[in-house]
Amino acid sequence: MALDKAQIEQELQQALSQISAAVNLESLKQVKIEYVGDKSPLAKANQLLASLEPAQRAEFGKLIGGARATVNEAFEAKSNELSLQRDLIALQEEKVDVTLPARTALKGGLHPLTSLINEISDLFIGIGYNIAEGPELESEWLNFDALNIPADHPARSMQDTFFVEPLEAKLVLRTHTSPVQIRTMLNQKPPIYVICPGKTYRADELDATHTPVFHQVEGLVIDTNITMADLNGTLDYFAKSIFGDDVKTRLRPSFFPFTEPSAEVDIFFNGRWIEWGGCGMVNQKVLIACGVDIEKYSGFAFGMGLERTLMVKYGITDMHDIVEGDVRFTQRFGLGIK
Amino acid sequence: MKVPLSWLKEYVAIPPKITPEQIAQAFVRVGFEVESIDYQGKDLKGPLLVGKVVSIEELSGHKKPIRYVGLDLNTGNTRFVICGARNFKVNDLVVVALPGAVLPGNFSISARETYGKISDGMICSAKELGISDEHAGIVVLPEGKVGSDAVKLLEIEDEIFDVAINPDRGYAMSVRGLGRELAASLKCRFIDPAKQVKVSKLKASSPAKAVAVKIEDKNGADQIFVRTLDKVNTKLPTPTWMQRRIEKCGMRSISLAVDITNYVMLELGQPLHAFDANEISGGLRVVSANRFTKLVTLDKVERKLAADNLLICDANSALALAGTMGGLASEVTSRTNKIALEAAHFDPIRIAKNSRHHKLSSEASRRIERNTDPALAEIASARAAQLLIELAGAKYLGTSSAGGTIKSRKVSITVKELCELIGTTYTLKQVRDSLNLIGCKTSGGPTRINIQVPTWRPDLVGVADFAEEVARLVGYDQIPLKLPIGRAGAKLSSMQSRKRQIAISLASQGFSEVINYPFVNQKMVETLGFTGDRAKSFRIANPMSDDFPLLRTHLIPGLLTTLSRNLSRGAKDLALFEIGTVFRNTSTLGEISLPSTQRRPQQKVIEAIYASVPKQMLFVAGVVCGEKTLTSWHGKGRIYDWNDAVNQASEIISSTRNQFEIISSDLAPWHPGRCAEFKVSGRAVAHAGELHPRVIAELSLPERTCAFAVILSELPEVRTIIAPSIATMPAAVQDVALVVSKDVSAAQVERSLRMGAGKLLESINLFDRYEQVGEGKVSLAFTLAFRAADRTLTAEEVSGYRDQALRQANKDCGAVLRS
Repeated sequence: MALDKAQIEQELQQALSQISAAVNLESLKQVKIEYVGDKSPLAKANQLLASLEPAQRAEFGKLIGGARATVNEAFEAKSNELSLQRDLIALQEEKVDVTLPARTALKGGLHPLTSLINEISDLFIGIGYNIAEGPELESEWLNFDALNIPADHPARSMQDTFFVEPLEAKLVLRTHTSPVQIRTMLNQKPPIYVICPGKTYRADELDATHTPVFHQVEGLVIDTNITMADLNGTLDYFAKSIFGDDVKTRLRPSFFPFTEPSAEVDIFFNGRWIEWGGCGMVNQKVLIACGVDIEKYSGFAFGMGLERTLMVKYGITDMHDIVEGDVRFTQRFGLGIK
Repeated sequence: MKVPLSWLKEYVAIPPKITPEQIAQAFVRVGFEVESIDYQGKDLKGPLLVGKVVSIEELSGHKKPIRYVGLDLNTGNTRFVICGARNFKVNDLVVVALPGAVLPGNFSISARETYGKISDGMICSAKELGISDEHAGIVVLPEGKVGSDAVKLLEIEDEIFDVAINPDRGYAMSVRGLGRELAASLKCRFIDPAKQVKVSKLKASSPAKAVAVKIEDKNGADQIFVRTLDKVNTKLPTPTWMQRRIEKCGMRSISLAVDITNYVMLELGQPLHAFDANEISGGLRVVSANRFTKLVTLDKVERKLAADNLLICDANSALALAGTMGGLASEVTSRTNKIALEAAHFDPIRIAKNSRHHKLSSEASRRIERNTDPALAEIASARAAQLLIELAGAKYLGTSSAGGTIKSRKVSITVKELCELIGTTYTLKQVRDSLNLIGCKTSGGPTRINIQVPTWRPDLVGVADFAEEVARLVGYDQIPLKLPIGRAGAKLSSMQSRKRQIAISLASQGFSEVINYPFVNQKMVETLGFTGDRAKSFRIANPMSDDFPLLRTHLIPGLLTTLSRNLSRGAKDLALFEIGTVFRNTSTLGEISLPSTQRRPQQKVIEAIYASVPKQMLFVAGVVCGEKTLTSWHGKGRIYDWNDAVNQASEIISSTRNQFEIISSDLAPWHPGRCAEFKVSGRAVAHAGELHPRVIAELSLPERTCAFAVILSELPEVRTIIAPSIATMPAAVQDVALVVSKDVSAAQVERSLRMGAGKLLESINLFDRYEQVGEGKVSLAFTLAFRAADRTLTAEEVSGYRDQALRQANKDCGAVLRS
């Protein structure tokens, strides 16, 4: 067979059109055998070069080499294109419905009171307070006497306080976390900066706003030069940390046996004033009973109901939801992650 | 206490533009919470006139008796209206609403045909007028001009404040006290009604006929006045103005004599009692009950007296429960013509005890408990006597009194210490003005001021008491804000941080935290099969409910109750946990006497108080039932089982880095074959597993409900962690399958293998277990992984370690290689 330029050009065009026509990698493979490989017409033409005269050899060599390079290039491009296409199809076929629910375990959650206690503890640790705790079944002396609530005080009646038998052991379920304040003052020397969160008990029937078992956080500071302004500022910091920077606080004159002067602290939240807790300067009678040097030290104390705080903060309208342990309630609060 | 604005205005020069809301705010500012304002007459529109009944025609043949009433309204002709009430007669004065009037509740009056007659208006009851809840009949007026405006006569248009009084402010349970506070808050003039009473104007006509009085129990009272009046016409009606004021203050008008005592109490704050003097023999005495055992009080209840009850008695019998309630025998009735008026300054605690002992809280006892002004006994009794003379035509015979003279207290404070407590600077003028407003007399300055304390303020003793007065009158809103910073190094204690992390860990594993009431009952204790310490419950002397009189000794009872509640609300798959205190009555509780609080008790006394409080352990416990992973489109879920419960306890203990041992246990309420006991240093600190089928059945719980309980407070704190050195040479792995008797635990086999395998054993994992049924054997297959820090282990070396492990397991547990 003789070499013919037109023939070569035709083989080239033939190869390119076959490559271009391949629809998948299989048909491309067949094209390769026929038009690209050693048995392809261009390969065969190349073999014939040896038989040509040098001048012709150079001319045809260049021509055939160029044609083969063009074919190889087209083949590579097509091969890449078809691989990509194949992969795309494969991925397309593996497509799933990503909205399908996952294999789920039960959803848990912390009781919101626990999260609230954690939050309050952290914010007071941040300003140098420790967290003090004490027993729930408590001595009457620590729960009442030391707090200037004498034996005849109405709060000590059976209508308000749970007493435990035998009565002569003088044990009550603590009616506030204040006995923890007393223990702290008896056990430590000032300066004292503590908060006392915990469970407390009063003989109230469970209804939408009352529960016989509830939680409080109390605060106690005993140091030199402590004033009611310190109390005012601390409560304002506390309220803003829990209810947001927009909340306002105010003190209102009130009465408690264990503080003098005494006040109620109100917060202005969601457009209205809400009673939040009680507070005041620690009554000197209490400091004396605990052996605090009243010439040197003064102090303030405050106390809030945590159920109430929770109700205000989250708009909970029924105490039953907080105490009944329905998992639907707890799960809504999750882990209390911010 | 309820107080009408019209009465306050009599003593307080309230500027005319001030609204009732501003008055309420003024009360709140100085510490008197206003619970509500009742705008009486606000939704009432006239014409409402005083009418005189001129004729009554009884209409029969209807469901109830009906009257067709002719009324004179001073218009020249008779107006006829239909009326269903029957408490009136011809010539009575009544309140008539004419057509066009609107009564509270948007009740429009018009002329209409009813019962076959034209009713041209309505005769009103007190309830219809919105002035009281009384609706037994229509209002019959004691006086009034026919045809005049009844709204004006009845002083219907008024604002009534319901004010909460703190227990240290007994003086404020009166119009006098609240008036003084309002005037101080509004900074306007106050006229003290007590000063308007001219005691000296009372002239005794025959002192010898006056009822005598003696204080025998000196602790019970330090001041008593008894004024005797004769020729009292107790049948006369109470004038409308007095009746209306009593009603506006939330009390009822009863009879002229009683109304006068109540009126004076409301006005000045001093409770008074009127005795029928003809029923007193040999004078009145203030005594402790002692020999008197019974008294029938005005409410017709026979009271069994306690020896320390404070009484008023005569020579023969108990006449009244002092400061609390009078006795029926000496009650003032319409037949009474001689009255002994008693007013005293009783000991607040004794009256509180009277009231509490008899569960009898009266207007009088509520005031005396909060302390009354000792100077008032004389003044208030004079005021009441004058009213009896004026309104009941009484003749004043004379007065007896007992008790010492009233001394005014003097206190001296410095402005500096007062300012130091509040944290702001008050001027001398501010301090003195404030104290003068509440009735103190001040002198001195600029550093030290002398204060004469008014008789009605026994609560003002130390600097703090005066500081509160100055601060509240200048305004609590003037106190600056300052944030003191506590001590460096504040942090959670180890136990606090342990509690928090365990709670977060359980919650993130699907457990919901619950906080149960720690109240249980004996039935639950028995159902769960608690014995030993867990059966030693504390009993509450006054439980909320007799159904739950005991304190919990364990968390499981509460958790199961809450589990059941959730199940009853439709939940199926549940995991609950609680961290809480339990109470076990395991120490001997002795009698303890409580020390004085006048000074810090001695350390040994404090230690004795601490020791009197039983130790209370902190638990974490959980209950699970249903699916752990939920059934879904993926397929069947995974049911919670005993192993999950055991694992949970094990993870909690491991997380505290305590080493522990697990043994099989039969502790109730668990399944005797499916309960793991965890021991740390030989002490049982936790139990976990499936609940006993009997417990599950008795409490109707889902089958195979499981539980765990760990005593957090019994787990010691392990402070140090020794960091491992991580070997990077390759590990060599060997599998062994062993056959052991079924009663050998996997833990025992693992322990032996571990011991035999030597130091280079890195890990051991039980990857297969099956029971060879019928042979009492079980096959256990373990993967042992070995690694050396310094070299690659050879196959021979590793086989040697494996063989050592097998020999040890064979020796300890009788384990043989599975063939």
